Amino acid sequence: MYGLTIFGLTIQEGSVRVALFITCVNDTLFPGTGRAVVTLLRRLGVDVDFPAAQTCCGQMHVNTGYRDEGARLAHHTIAAFSGYDAVVVPSGSCAAMVREQYPRLPGPPGFAAAVAETTPRVHELTEFLVDVLGVTDVGAYFPHRVTYHPTCHSLRGLHLGDRPLRLLRKVRGLELVPLPNEEECCGFGGTFAVKNADVSAAMCADKVRAVLDTGAEVLCAADNSCLTHIGGTLGRQKTGVRVMHLAEILAATEPVTGAAGVARGGRGGAA
Amino acid sequence: MSSRERILARIRAAVAGAPDVEIPRAYRGAGDLPDTGLVDLFARRVGDYRAVVHVVPETGAAERISASLTARGARRIVVPGGFPEPWPSVPGVELMTDGPGLGAAELDTVDGVLTTCAVAVAETGTIVLDAGPGQGRRALTLVPDYHLCVVRADQIVAGVPDAVARLVPDRPLTWISGPSATSDIELNRIEGVHGPRTLEVLVVT
Amino acid sequence: MTRTFLGLPGPRPGAAGEGFPARAARAVRDSQLRFNLRKATRTIRARRAGVVSELPDWAELRRAGKAIKDHTLRNLDAYLLQLEEAVTRAGGHVHWAADAAEANRIVAGLVRATGETEVVKVKSMVTQETGLNEALLAEGITAYETDLAELIVQLGDDRPSHILVPAIHRNRAEIREVFAGRMAGWGRPAPEDLTDDPPALAEAARVHLRERFLATKVAISGANFAVAETGTMVVLESEGNGRMCLTLPETLITVVGIEKLVPTWRDLEVFLQLLPRSSTGERMNPYTSMWTGATEGQEFHLVLLDNGRTGVLADETGRQALRCIRCSACLNVCPVYERVGGHAYGSVYPGPIGAILTPQLHGMESELERSLPYASSLCGACYEVCPVAIDIPAVLVHLRAKTRHPVAERAGMAAAGWVLERSGRLARMQRLGGRLRRLAPERLPGPMGGWSDTRDVPELPAESFRAWWERTDGGRR
Ligand code: SF4
Repeated sequence: MYGLTIFGLTIQEGSVRVALFITCVNDTLFPGTGRAVVTLLRRLGVDVDFPAAQTCCGQMHVNTGYRDEGARLAHHTIAAFSGYDAVVVPSGSCAAMVREQYPRLPGPPGFAAAVAETTPRVHELTEFLVDVLGVTDVGAYFPHRVTYHPTCHSLRGLHLGDRPLRLLRKVRGLELVPLPNEEECCGFGGTFAVKNADVSAAMCADKVRAVLDTGAEVLCAADNSCLTHIGGTLGRQKTGVRVMHLAEILAATEPVTGAAGVARGGRGGAA
Repeated sequence: MSSRERILARIRAAVAGAPDVEIPRAYRGAGDLPDTGLVDLFARRVGDYRAVVHVVPETGAAERISASLTARGARRIVVPGGFPEPWPSVPGVELMTDGPGLGAAELDTVDGVLTTCAVAVAETGTIVLDAGPGQGRRALTLVPDYHLCVVRADQIVAGVPDAVARLVPDRPLTWISGPSATSDIELNRIEGVHGPRTLEVLVVT
Repeated sequence: MTRTFLGLPGPRPGAAGEGFPARAARAVRDSQLRFNLRKATRTIRARRAGVVSELPDWAELRRAGKAIKDHTLRNLDAYLLQLEEAVTRAGGHVHWAADAAEANRIVAGLVRATGETEVVKVKSMVTQETGLNEALLAEGITAYETDLAELIVQLGDDRPSHILVPAIHRNRAEIREVFAGRMAGWGRPAPEDLTDDPPALAEAARVHLRERFLATKVAISGANFAVAETGTMVVLESEGNGRMCLTLPETLITVVGIEKLVPTWRDLEVFLQLLPRSSTGERMNPYTSMWTGATEGQEFHLVLLDNGRTGVLADETGRQALRCIRCSACLNVCPVYERVGGHAYGSVYPGPIGAILTPQLHGMESELERSLPYASSLCGACYEVCPVAIDIPAVLVHLRAKTRHPVAERAGMAAAGWVLERSGRLARMQRLGGRLRRLAPERLPGPMGGWSDTRDVPELPAESFRAWWERTDGGRR
């Protein structure tokens, strides 16, 4: 059982309110990731709330050039999570959006203050585990050969550093293999993948080659958007390499026989 | 309105109301770097540029210059005014002073140049010439294919900030780090394009 | 290879029709180009990383570099006047050019006044920006590029594709072809037995240009820095062609953008560390020349160029692009640049810095200019390496918000925004999607097809997370 340390205070379990910001992509396309986060956090003694008003951080709109529409979603998001002591986000890019871009967005009176208030409480999942809960061994078991892709916003936006690796190294049975040129972008970039599909595909092809070079069975990351992109290519090329969100690996406690980390996007694969 | 006035007016309109910016200088400034082992570091760093480096005591300098020029097979070497007397005498090598007869085309026919320097930087392996005594005008160390530069140990400073602090801006300055080179073919450094293709540095301790 | 190209801001024939995606798509398919770029950028990245990590105070230097430039830009009017005074005091002549045409007119006039019809040039971005060589040619003046890469580009009738190494898209074998075939048309021919050994190619350039250096009476250069306090110009280079041009001719004309200023002599201690390590990945570049006014009997003219810079300065977010010291580290690290090269950007300023500079200097009238802010996955590698901490992704996003968007995209974004603004609407859409999921096509419609051409499309789950949460009370039921 863990006491929660937030802002340097150790608070008795139950007296802090932790919210899960699932993000629109996970909510809609990858509910398994959300369930894994809930399972994992409960195992660690944290009972998360799911504020039902939440929708989307606004990143797609803002990054595509629809700043005003994106700002409205940001206002909505900030309002949805007000009053929580901590907000956990299983997505590096959405966490980076809140932290880096919200302060630059226009808003109604009080928005800037609310952003300044809320932002320090928003934690990407591995930050929450390592920095707030102070754990690296989350009691997981996952006997597979795994490689980790540090997505751009996790790496250069949030500066997650080796937090994900420290968590993975403590997973029993897991063989962690380094990904060559890991810091290179996979080519997703939101609407970049659509607007500049050829360049995006060329970047992804190199990432896929690097993944295959590791001989890993599973590619994991802290962001499902990039995994959809890389996984979609891995699937199309019928490589047999699965992609899994880091949370799904950390939530696993018993031998997995293929059901937990289903190949994404593989048509006719397990749903 | 002249373009001068127009540009200035546009600038003033563009930055009106913007706050000014403090400059944080928390980097290692002049005097902050350790000044021990500079000769060694300098020699190593110059060597990294594939320049030839010798470290000799004062008493051995003339002999070393003579040996280098002989090994080079040089016949005519320019020596700028102010190079410390007495000049070494090297059998078979004519040491010539700069003068009105030495235009760019004539300079192109000499075999090399022998100079001193103003400052040298250990961390980057750089020598700086400021057209002072023994250094001459800038063309002298540019057109000939071989440059032998004598550096006194007390001219070596630790880092770039130390060198900037020592130099006088209104003199023509040439910072030299290794022989002429290019990175233009496949981004790999290749020595030897338009400047001297051989740089030899003699550190006198 | 496309020949459509924006000089800045001159005429732009045909450029308007084709955006970055189409140019990039063509470039991506050029496997030789991709091979050349991959090899070159990977070499330089590793070298830069090595020499940057050597300095324990890199972060502090970067902070200082950023602040010095911001402070200069904030007080640019005063510093330009100070520079003018210092240069004049030292015997130089200062000219002000509001745009490219005026700069070219000034330079052509200065050359004509000397009675010469040939000039040598040191690589300078700003005279590429103004299209100076073409303007001089129209006046009967031939400009000879002397930088090795510029020479390759000029001889090959090609276009520069990189800030620092304009011929980065050419490998050694291609360079040999250009030299062997074209040198004779411009002066001294290449040796009969020229090989593609890099030192042999460098030697060929040395011999080809030597007489030209020794005989030409007028030179045109740019400058990396201009020190307001002292009037000193600073040029960093490698080959010695810069020194040849700056030293030997009787007349020197230096053209600089007004953002090249630094306030004090001391400020050079910062930039002489930031620039070489960021650009060629060396502790120091082979040659740096500094001169103040008329030097060693030379006549000196300084042309200060605006050409859209004051417009950039007026944009609070965009103005940080003016901090750029043209090191090219952002190009070298950019995964998009690495795969498409510089020509796809259709401007003298390619890569990440080009993607934020071209539309700002130029406006966003054409398809190309509107598409440049989207030529990035926002991976942030450029910001991380930039020695003056230009937040390129932030400026890209800022510029995206200023562009005109396609109608269909606007409609789609508005619809998505409407759905996402209320959780109830999102939930309804998710339920609808869950029911229809077996009907989803394998190839996505419209512009989304670019995705599904090479990637599988994720399958919609039967139940969204929020529906699961509601049904099971967060898994407790
Ligand atoms: S934007 Fe930064 S990294 Fe890119 S060329 Fe300019 S200074 Fe260098």
